[in-house]
Amino acid sequence: MGELQFDEQVDITDKVCPMTFVKAKVTLDELDDGQILAIRMNDGEPVQNVPRSMKEEGHQVLKLQDNGDGTYTLYVRKVEEE
Amino acid sequence: MAEKKVDYASLKKGGFMRQKQKGYFSLRLQVVGGNLTAENIRTVSQVAEKYGKGYVHMTSRQGIEIPFIRFEDIEEVKEKLAEGGVKPGVCGPRVRTVTACQGSEVCPSGCIDTYGLAKELDAHYFGKDLPHKFKFGVTGCQNNCLKAEENDLGVKGGMIVTYKEDACIQCGVCVKACREGALTMKDGSIEIDREKCNHCGRCVKSCPTDAWEGESGYIVSFGGLFGNKIYQGENLLPIIKDKETLFRVADAAIGFFEKNAKPGERFRLMLQRVGEEEFKKVIKEAYDGRASV
Repeated sequence: MGELQFDEQVDITDKVCPMTFVKAKVTLDELDDGQILAIRMNDGEPVQNVPRSMKEEGHQVLKLQDNGDGTYTLYVRKVEEE
Repeated sequence: MAEKKVDYASLKKGGFMRQKQKGYFSLRLQVVGGNLTAENIRTVSQVAEKYGKGYVHMTSRQGIEIPFIRFEDIEEVKEKLAEGGVKPGVCGPRVRTVTACQGSEVCPSGCIDTYGLAKELDAHYFGKDLPHKFKFGVTGCQNNCLKAEENDLGVKGGMIVTYKEDACIQCGVCVKACREGALTMKDGSIEIDREKCNHCGRCVKSCPTDAWEGESGYIVSFGGLFGNKIYQGENLLPIIKDKETLFRVADAAIGFFEKNAKPGERFRLMLQRVGEEEFKKVIKEAYDGRASV
């Protein structure tokens, strides 16, 4: 599987929980329905919790990619609330 | 004034705890799973202002006590509380307040309806006389906000998980969400090491396509103690899948306590004296659906 296409990216490796999720969410808010956000995050707590939080917010998680440098990139398709 | 004979034991049973100050009692209230209605709280507030000193004490186990109730006001206080749907709690050698976290009805992490279960446990066991105090606590998941293992009998919500390969998009989220290292991705499929799985349900909660299905269950711990002696409750059974079995096991544990403990001996200390093997046999029988003797 090759690299996923995305519309916007955000790096949350400079944040700690819960600001990791907040920073990702703020970026996602700017996107349109169906657009894809690539979120770069640290291993550990962010990678355990941020994908689940995105799901709980109703967005569609597509892929969690191991970057091999202690960071992961999560691809999320925005699902606009009805 | 003639000395009235005060039956402290029966007052204690009814939640009135003798204070250091002569003639005053701290009244413990019955709280189930840490929830009170607004009306309950309003009533407590009025009673504390009129009969107490205008404050309440929050106990370590989700209870409320109204200190400085005078002995002669006890009956009136009970009536006032009853009008607002508030009942006195209990102290002494019996089943105490059943505590609970918010559970799956409120918390995104919850695997079981803790409040519902706390109410059922309360209805079955609250106030039951035993050789010593006996505490139940119900927590919704492995985060253990309610500290299940501190209790004589602790219940922790868990999930028995099943992988649905057809629905899986190999995103890799569950592999990282699992904190036990039980999941690995192999050739586009997820493998689970059942030995490592602790039933936390994080794979189910995190999976974006519901390729993990979770069936709720109860992880039970026995013999927790957090007073003069400190012991962590032990999981002596596999995860329990249904409420009927859970209550059968709880009945067996309480029955064993009632039968074997000396007066004033806590559940854990009785287990140490009698030996855990016999107890394991009894709860295993209850778990398997056989009647315990």
